[in-house]
Amino acid sequence: MGMVTIGISDLNIATPPNILVTYALGSCIGICLHDKAHNIGGLAHIMLPSSKEATKASDNLRRYADTGIEELVNLLKSKGVLVSSLTAKIAGGAQMFQTNCSTFNIGARNITAVKQVLAKYRIPIIAEDTGLNFGRTVFFDVATGVMQVKSVNQGVVNL
Amino acid sequence: MGLSNIEELDAMHIDVLRELGNIGSGNAASSLASFMGKEINIDVPNVRILDFNEVADYIGGPEKIVMGLLVDTIEDLKGMILYIFDDDFVKSVVKVFFDKDFESFSELSEMEISAFNEIGNIMASSYVNAIGSMTGMKIDISTPSIAVDMAGAILSYPTAKFAEIGNKVLFIDDSFGIGSTLERVKSNMILVPEMDSLNNLFTRLGVM
Repeated sequence: MGMVTIGISDLNIATPPNILVTYALGSCIGICLHDKAHNIGGLAHIMLPSSKEATKASDNLRRYADTGIEELVNLLKSKGVLVSSLTAKIAGGAQMFQTNCSTFNIGARNITAVKQVLAKYRIPIIAEDTGLNFGRTVFFDVATGVMQVKSVNQGVVNL
Repeated sequence: MGLSNIEELDAMHIDVLRELGNIGSGNAASSLASFMGKEINIDVPNVRILDFNEVADYIGGPEKIVMGLLVDTIEDLKGMILYIFDDDFVKSVVKVFFDKDFESFSELSEMEISAFNEIGNIMASSYVNAIGSMTGMKIDISTPSIAVDMAGAILSYPTAKFAEIGNKVLFIDDSFGIGSTLERVKSNMILVPEMDSLNNLFTRLGVM
């Protein structure tokens, strides 16, 4: 069994017995896509809601909910997966600091954006652990589809 | 012509930021000493320009549990200062202030947390005051807010907020000796100025 680590603004796919992992999501969101029948899954770690906020052509498009999820879906499609057979589990989108600047709740905006993009693809979200104010590490076991969320105060939760 | 992105900083700009880092840290350490009523000696701080994604590794990895203390800077220098205190730093402060042995972050009381709030407030104010008096800029800070969590999660706040101005931050690590008996501890500080403010700062210092 190998661990495939996904960094910030990155994504990848895996087949069993590999586990996809992304560490310390704060306001970022980890999106786990799974095709049970084909025994394959993918994980994207997005940081911002929309690629419309990209300022440079050189920006990493895996950073954004819309373009990041699109690339992950396309990567799975290239392995023969049908979008209609995908399910999603998501984690993250916390507000790490209670600041005076309440307009900047990037975590909440990320959650909304991720849900909109998944709805566009008609990919159902079958589990989520989002929002609140704490960081989360995500392990995604593509053999079972279980998303394990680890945090400092809540311990380990299997979803 | 101003800079539009932190990645456009050249060697001279970075030298200027280093020097501001040195002076600001010196000021912050002496204010901290008078607040704590203990002698504090401070080494020359390390000032680096780091990628956001290098910062987590630098402070012990994304899952290392740390205390993050955030203040917004307002008025002429808009931006953010984030202090990262690790368990050694917290342990020293708890020992000096409360004469208690620090066990873990989850056991910190509200009173202890508020002491860190005050420490952050003092360090950040004296830091921006140093920059203000050198540049003539009027700079103020917001009330600090604190989070104890994984370093990577805490860093996601500035990373996302300042993504549009680039991936680089000014990273300053100060090494303190508090009192006479305790070992040296480190505090890490991340400064992210908005580009307009940074351009204004360089103009005032004649390096633009």
